[in-house]
Amino acid sequence: MAGGLQDWKKHKRPFAAIAGAPLLWLLLFFLVPMAIVWLYSFGENAGPADIAISGTLDNYKRAIEWLYLSIFLKSLAVAALVTLICLIIGFPVAMAITFAAPKWRPWLLLGIMLPFWTNLLIRTYALMMLMGTNGYANKGLGALWDGASWLRTLVGMQPLEAWTPVQLLYNNFAVVLGLVYVHLPFMVLPLYSALDRLDKSLIEASLDLGAGHLRTLMKIVVPLAGPGILAGVMITLIPALGAYLTPDLMGGTESQMIANVIERQFKRANDWPFGAALSFLLIYAMFILIALQSMRRDKGDAR
Amino acid sequence: MALFNRTPVAPLEYTRKLWMRSWVAATMFFLYAPLLVLMIFSFNDSKRNVVWKGFTLKYYEKALNNDSLVEAMVNSLTIAGLATVFSLVLGALAAVMLWRFKFPFKGAVEGTMSLPIIVPEICLGVAFLIFFAKIEWPTELPWPLNLSAITIAHITFCFPFVAMVVRSRLASFNIEEEEAAKDLGASEWQTFRDILLPHMKPGLIAGALLAFTLSLDDFVITFFTSGPDTITFPVKVYSMVRFSVTPEVNAASTILILLTIILTAVALKLQGVKAIADTH
Repeated sequence: MAGGLQDWKKHKRPFAAIAGAPLLWLLLFFLVPMAIVWLYSFGENAGPADIAISGTLDNYKRAIEWLYLSIFLKSLAVAALVTLICLIIGFPVAMAITFAAPKWRPWLLLGIMLPFWTNLLIRTYALMMLMGTNGYANKGLGALWDGASWLRTLVGMQPLEAWTPVQLLYNNFAVVLGLVYVHLPFMVLPLYSALDRLDKSLIEASLDLGAGHLRTLMKIVVPLAGPGILAGVMITLIPALGAYLTPDLMGGTESQMIANVIERQFKRANDWPFGAALSFLLIYAMFILIALQSMRRDKGDAR
Repeated sequence: MALFNRTPVAPLEYTRKLWMRSWVAATMFFLYAPLLVLMIFSFNDSKRNVVWKGFTLKYYEKALNNDSLVEAMVNSLTIAGLATVFSLVLGALAAVMLWRFKFPFKGAVEGTMSLPIIVPEICLGVAFLIFFAKIEWPTELPWPLNLSAITIAHITFCFPFVAMVVRSRLASFNIEEEEAAKDLGASEWQTFRDILLPHMKPGLIAGALLAFTLSLDDFVITFFTSGPDTITFPVKVYSMVRFSVTPEVNAASTILILLTIILTAVALKLQGVKAIADTH
């Protein structure tokens, strides 16, 4: 296709007609707002509604104090854990879809995509309803508990005490579960497209030559699908790191993530320069993650 | 049923292994159980959400008579409609630009174009908050102009997705078709309308659906961009969930889930299940 590319200089008029609107929009409504945030991150509050851009680095200094750094690191740890759980749950699902009968494959994919298209807030709320103190998750656990208690009486032991509902919401567990719930489709779809492109005769060859399923998986499938797996990991990790809604609604005071801290600076604390510095640190973290991924990918291509 | 099929399982038929099937079934259960429970309990005749007291439609009636909820829903649909139209035009133009032309700093432009997809929602949200405050965007405009700030924000994060989808569709375009049209005397515009546009159509449909759902789904950016008087559906549901959980929320949510299903069905009708599955 490179040969068909037209030089903009020779076709100035069509180029202007096509490129003008999207470039202008991007400049006015994306680059300018981002630039203002960036400038604000070097500013300080000069009055109740005034911000003086003084070139100070104090906001960044404050952002790397332990209080905020620990929240940053914790968000990263939570996002990494969520990504790992999504990978463990999602990989067999993606495998199953890849090897499903052609008739079933699109419907299984659609089954994964439909929740992904459903409103995030509604999905979070639905999960919260299930996990409340009187919700079905607690009832299910209670039933298991009663069953265990009954089994104990069968073997002649004292029954367990009556089931007391556990707190499933408003803690770190709830945040991780909520994030896994909303991000699972993000993981399954790229995994599927990576596995789908795999040459299946290689797997057959490996099995024919006497390798077991697990060994084939580790030595053939994972290395070949590596870039796709990495893509799935990034596509899950990045939004999980910047997640706001799930920790806000499902987390307790100790399960705040970095996005919640940013929000607080803008809404309650009214410290816009500091909030701007935190949000640019989050953007830089994303850039580092993406740079790491593309470095890995380049190395993979060179092999 | 294939489950009771007695032909031996071939090595690659992972899907026919019981543990694999149970795994997929468990995952689907995990994904759908909360939504199903929410939908079922929207018909529950009880203030307390989790005990079934009998069938009722009264929460639908309440939700539909709740003026601010209906207004929020209308706002959301208006914004999503406007954002879809604008994103479609801008995204298609951007895709054609990147696909067709050679120009200086092309890599940088391409990278910048994908930034709204990568930058966390919260950062985009605060950027729009600061931007609209800084340029003193008027807030007390008549409907639907009072939605303009939110709509602009939505277009900004939607159109790069449209550009991405349309561009991947353009990659399969055979440039010779266009040359043939021009050789046969078609003008630039005729070629675009009769050759390129029909080829782009599946990409445009997929892009439009993506933009519509993204816009309808967005909470964080709207939360920061909306003034005190303009509320969208997710923002309204958020405040209802946050401050007073009522069964009305279940009814309203069920309506939105149904809307998603209807949209998906329309897309299926237009493109077929295979094409939809291929567009992710």
